[in-house]
Amino acid sequence: METEKRTLKKSSLEKLFNSLKGEGKKIIAPVKKGSIIDFCEVSTIQEMAEDYLLTVQSAKSAAFPKIEKLFDYVISQEGVSTKDRNLDSIPEMVLFGVRPCDAFGFDSLSAIFNWETKDTIYSKRLEKLSIISFSCNKADAYCFCTSVNGSPGSIAGSDILLTYAENDEFLAEIITEKGKIIAEKSDAFEASKDIDKSKLLADVPVLFDVKKVVKNATASFDSEIWVEQSLRCIGCGSCAFVCPTCACFDIQDESNGKQGSRLRLWDSCGFSLFTIHTSGHNPREVQSARWRQRIMHKFSYMPDRLDVIGCVGCGRCSRACPVDMNIKEHLIQIAKDKI
Amino acid sequence: MSEKNIYLPSLMKIVKVTEEAPFVKTFRLVFMDEEDEKNFSFKTGQFGEYSLMGAGEVTFCIASAPTRKGYIECTFRSAGRVTTALSKCEAGDTIGFRGPYGNIFPIDEWKGKNLLFIAGGIALPPMRSVIWNCLDLRENFKEITIVYGARTVADLVYKEELEEWENRPDVKLYTTVDPGGETPGWKGEVGFVPIVLDKIAPSAKDTIAIVCGPPVMIKFTFPVLEKLGFKDDDVYTTLENRMKCGFGKCGRCNVGKYFVCKDGPVFTRTQLKGLPEEY
Repeated sequence: METEKRTLKKSSLEKLFNSLKGEGKKIIAPVKKGSIIDFCEVSTIQEMAEDYLLTVQSAKSAAFPKIEKLFDYVISQEGVSTKDRNLDSIPEMVLFGVRPCDAFGFDSLSAIFNWETKDTIYSKRLEKLSIISFSCNKADAYCFCTSVNGSPGSIAGSDILLTYAENDEFLAEIITEKGKIIAEKSDAFEASKDIDKSKLLADVPVLFDVKKVVKNATASFDSEIWVEQSLRCIGCGSCAFVCPTCACFDIQDESNGKQGSRLRLWDSCGFSLFTIHTSGHNPREVQSARWRQRIMHKFSYMPDRLDVIGCVGCGRCSRACPVDMNIKEHLIQIAKDKI
Repeated sequence: MSEKNIYLPSLMKIVKVTEEAPFVKTFRLVFMDEEDEKNFSFKTGQFGEYSLMGAGEVTFCIASAPTRKGYIECTFRSAGRVTTALSKCEAGDTIGFRGPYGNIFPIDEWKGKNLLFIAGGIALPPMRSVIWNCLDLRENFKEITIVYGARTVADLVYKEELEEWENRPDVKLYTTVDPGGETPGWKGEVGFVPIVLDKIAPSAKDTIAIVCGPPVMIKFTFPVLEKLGFKDDDVYTTLENRMKCGFGKCGRCNVGKYFVCKDGPVFTRTQLKGLPEEY
């Protein structure tokens, strides 16, 4: 559908929130926890953080939880039986107050989870998820969304995007059918006003040409750059765990005596054990090969195979990195002509 | 049901366990659910995810031939956590199976050709599926030659089938063991697979070579095939990389942009030359 523009008074935000709550939806919003901001389930709008740039974790767990049960099993005298997931028990959820980069991240995740074979569990979670994003009116030195096809006011991936304007009101963009239903039910939105959105957004300069990153990364499998860039990488996997588009996973059984579940768990290509064979042979034996995989997966293999870039420029990996590897700087270097 | 849980395995009963070599077993498996059996078909070269509830999943090829209906077989060495748990299973036990996944050996394209199978150690199982598939369609192919080596005589798998192939007039079988791995009564060759291959020097004319073995065997076998005049398009292998999902999502089996689970596991040497060394 074509995006519809409305206005939402700041004082009506609670009305919107309560309307969603009233429908029994589980609402996930940024919450201040000590010195950090992270996504939590909230029951009142007052629990939501007032001033935040980004949460530490991305919003991906709303559709791709850290631990996802794939099915249950029981071993009894009669034999072994499996019990499929009941997808109807997945709750209706709302991501309330996420940033456009997080909303955009679901595009990459969907591309991975649904290429050729459809991941029904992921898809059902996404189907039951509504995304109400807030545009960014500030950014920090780690942000680079504008360099990877995003923007502080991008509507991609959101159902409704709210951009804070002056006079205690938001410019509301109703982007999808899902958003339209939410808006109608809430009765919180008013007629649109002539608001220039571009003036309300954070200034995030474009730092590199992503097409060049794709081209150069693709041509540079054997480059020394991967060694140079990853010398201080300790393979902790933090970057993957906070990334809104990292989807690599492990499958393990959790057993409780004669019954248990098969689980899908977050994993990371940065871990040395990720690719190791039982024989001990490891196709990615050194950390530089794992760093190359991380960058090339996002900027070469995904564009080639899935037609999406596996990065939304949120900068979380760099903020979380314990040895201060800054992906932004590395991508600027890769975008240069000679690498 | 069109939208099914792609991670949910079918249940299969182990109907036969064969001890092939120290720590190596073959399971013969049948579907417990009639629908599962009816909906299942595979082609040679494909693999599956086998699992023991509580222990987890593990990736093996389907070691039986699609021409042998009603069951599938897998052969594995107990080496890791899941294979060790699986190796304790007995006939009558139930395991999980998802598959088939991956591409195939294009045996239809090989009609009228000679076939040269070269395998090392525990890599005979994927080859055994193709061998039986081709032997069951024997009239489609000219000469069939098998070169198989293991570290020791005890490590040779499918000993009964080796004997059967040995006795077939329409199969040429060469078995070999690494130097020091022979027993006093050993009548086969002694020497590493590439050296034995070099010695028997099969003709490359109208011949497809299918190679499967540990990386070091493959590394030294390719130059011998090249010397014998085999074209890269006529040399096939099947790759192994660690896998979890089997359908290109879990992110670990890729070699460059190619997924072993989707674009492979079967590759020609020509294709292999286009891959980065990540396998």
